[in-house]
Amino acid sequence: MAKVIAADPAQTRLVNKQVAIASQWQLMWRKFRRHRLAMVGGIVIIAFYLVVIFADFLAYSNPDASEAQRGLLSPQPIHFFDNGRFSPHVYAITGTRDPQTFKRVYKPDPNTKLPVRLFAPGFEYKLLGLIPTSRHLIGVSGSDNESTLFILGTDLQGRDLWSRLIYGTRISLTIGLVAVGLSLLLGVVLGSLSGFYGGVVDNIIQRVIEILRSIPTIPLWMGLAAALPRDWSVLQVYFALTIIISLLGWTELARVVRGRFLSLRREDFVMAARVVGCGQLRIVFRHMVPSFLSHIIAATTLALPAMIISETSLSFLGLGLRPPAISWGVLIQQAQNVQAVALTPWLLLPAIPVIVTVLAFNFLGDGLRDAADPYAQLTK
Amino acid sequence: MLAFLVRRLLMALLTLWAISILTFLIIQLPPGDFVTAYIAQLQSTGSAVSAQEADNLRAQYGLDQPVWVQYFKWLGLALRGNFGMAMEWQRPVIEVIGDRLLLTMILSLAAVLFTWILAFPISIFSAVRQYSFWDYLFTLLAFIGLAVPNFLVALILMYFGFSFFNANVGGLFSPEYADAAWSGGRIWDLMKHLPLPALVLALGGTAQVVRVMRANVLDELRKPYVATARSKGLPEWRVILNHPVRVALNPFISTIGYLLPYIVSGSVIISLVLSLPTVGPLLLKALLAQDMFLAGTIVLLLGAMTVVGTFISDLLLMWIDPRVRAEG
Repeated sequence: MAKVIAADPAQTRLVNKQVAIASQWQLMWRKFRRHRLAMVGGIVIIAFYLVVIFADFLAYSNPDASEAQRGLLSPQPIHFFDNGRFSPHVYAITGTRDPQTFKRVYKPDPNTKLPVRLFAPGFEYKLLGLIPTSRHLIGVSGSDNESTLFILGTDLQGRDLWSRLIYGTRISLTIGLVAVGLSLLLGVVLGSLSGFYGGVVDNIIQRVIEILRSIPTIPLWMGLAAALPRDWSVLQVYFALTIIISLLGWTELARVVRGRFLSLRREDFVMAARVVGCGQLRIVFRHMVPSFLSHIIAATTLALPAMIISETSLSFLGLGLRPPAISWGVLIQQAQNVQAVALTPWLLLPAIPVIVTVLAFNFLGDGLRDAADPYAQLTK
Repeated sequence: MLAFLVRRLLMALLTLWAISILTFLIIQLPPGDFVTAYIAQLQSTGSAVSAQEADNLRAQYGLDQPVWVQYFKWLGLALRGNFGMAMEWQRPVIEVIGDRLLLTMILSLAAVLFTWILAFPISIFSAVRQYSFWDYLFTLLAFIGLAVPNFLVALILMYFGFSFFNANVGGLFSPEYADAAWSGGRIWDLMKHLPLPALVLALGGTAQVVRVMRANVLDELRKPYVATARSKGLPEWRVILNHPVRVALNPFISTIGYLLPYIVSGSVIISLVLSLPTVGPLLLKALLAQDMFLAGTIVLLLGAMTVVGTFISDLLLMWIDPRVRAEG
């Protein structure tokens, strides 16, 4: 995106002087830091992956604990002050059944205040899979069954949306990583074959890529995903989905890799390496790969959001992950029709993290791509 | 020129063939076959089927033969327009699909048109006024358009439509025209309902086209002939529109190649959200019911539609860009 051109010749000289002593990665970092949106994107992504790691700590109730008495409760506002004193609390909620419509109606009870505490005890879990504890970031004190917290409301089965969202982050963001890893493997192997050997191999691989790119993916994904046996476990479906997603998603990465190989083949330093008698493997891994590694990283970052959207779309259609698995797509599925959207709009909230992460990944990838291009400034 | 045409035609045929194999794979993939699913359905309604009857059914559908024989049989029938039976409906697949395919086509075309109408002024404006406030705004919007999956846009739109206008924004027809035969009134009704879903579909594609086109116009603007045009005293709008824009117009046509698959993909999923009578909801239903003949046919037809559309865009590209003609 924004390529900074140093207008002042003195400044250009200064920059050049620094370039002379900076390594490739230092140069990239310097360029990347100037890309403000990319920095923000990077920080957001890190924050989301911290959520993935510390999901048990951030969620305050068991995501699978359902409570029919609490179904479709709207988000509970936290009151921060009590008579002018700082004392965060929520009102207790009493649910009754409307005698006419038989729907549950909830009424907050301002007289029963439930104090909200940091590091409150909740369900037992193992932090990082190692340390057994029951502390959570927030929670209400006095944890009997009646006093509970639902900052984002509950779904139809009365499960806490916030906790489910946190656990959904875990699955949605890792499924993207696994799928992109597989795509990367396919893309790098096929792309480098294509770019390094050229000729017939290149021709065949390029035609395959063209064909795959001209087929509408969602119907195909739907067809393949629907073929997964219904009795498979969550884990099996998870891996099958990543394979399905990456089978059609490797083409862009392969194209980037091939393009880099083609342009590097004619570079002087590759020629030099060949002249001094380096073997092919050494040329590829010692000379070529390091010089386009940064591009691969950028392309991978840009491929990730597509993977996340694919998983979300498939799960949203009910063809991807299925309950009891929790992912963003599974959560948004509950807001699929007009009635749900109109009566229980908070069920639409899981759409926000999808949009935010995808945007952040795009900004980050864009910044990385700009930073990774060593010629971006010279050509201007 | 002829070489270009032949190459593209061959490519289109090859793609169609690949799609047919993938489709057949989808039909074959689920465990069991059409008959097992059919028998399970019959049993759930209480009627029993003997093994003999099942075998007869299998023979009738050619399911007892090797896979490749089945493939060619299926392909031969499909080429003659016979796509088998949709078991849930007990009617030929082609009848079940009916004018849903036509509506999908209309929706996709409208989305392509919207993409162009939006992308053309935005990309030129952003390029000519590079780094202005509007350029940044459009770039940001383009990013958001790229990032937000269109079914989410549809959901959010539905929410706003409901909470602010108290209107259901879904559907392609008013209730009185939903099942009516085609007439002037029905077409007009469709025209009134079409813009919204088409716009939702167009957003993501617009972002892509704007990015390519903006970069192209920027490249052209720096070339000396633009300075020449300006120095001979042409008004600014003619300098921009006659030369750089004309040259940079290429992506408009050539992006259909990847715009169409993207839009067709999107149409399937937003049709579900906005309950549009396209093939999307039918496909999902067929897949959930494991009615693989119907599902496979829909995937095949959607693929074919995309390939043909891309081929037409190649022809257009040849017509609009003399460089492509000269190359062949």
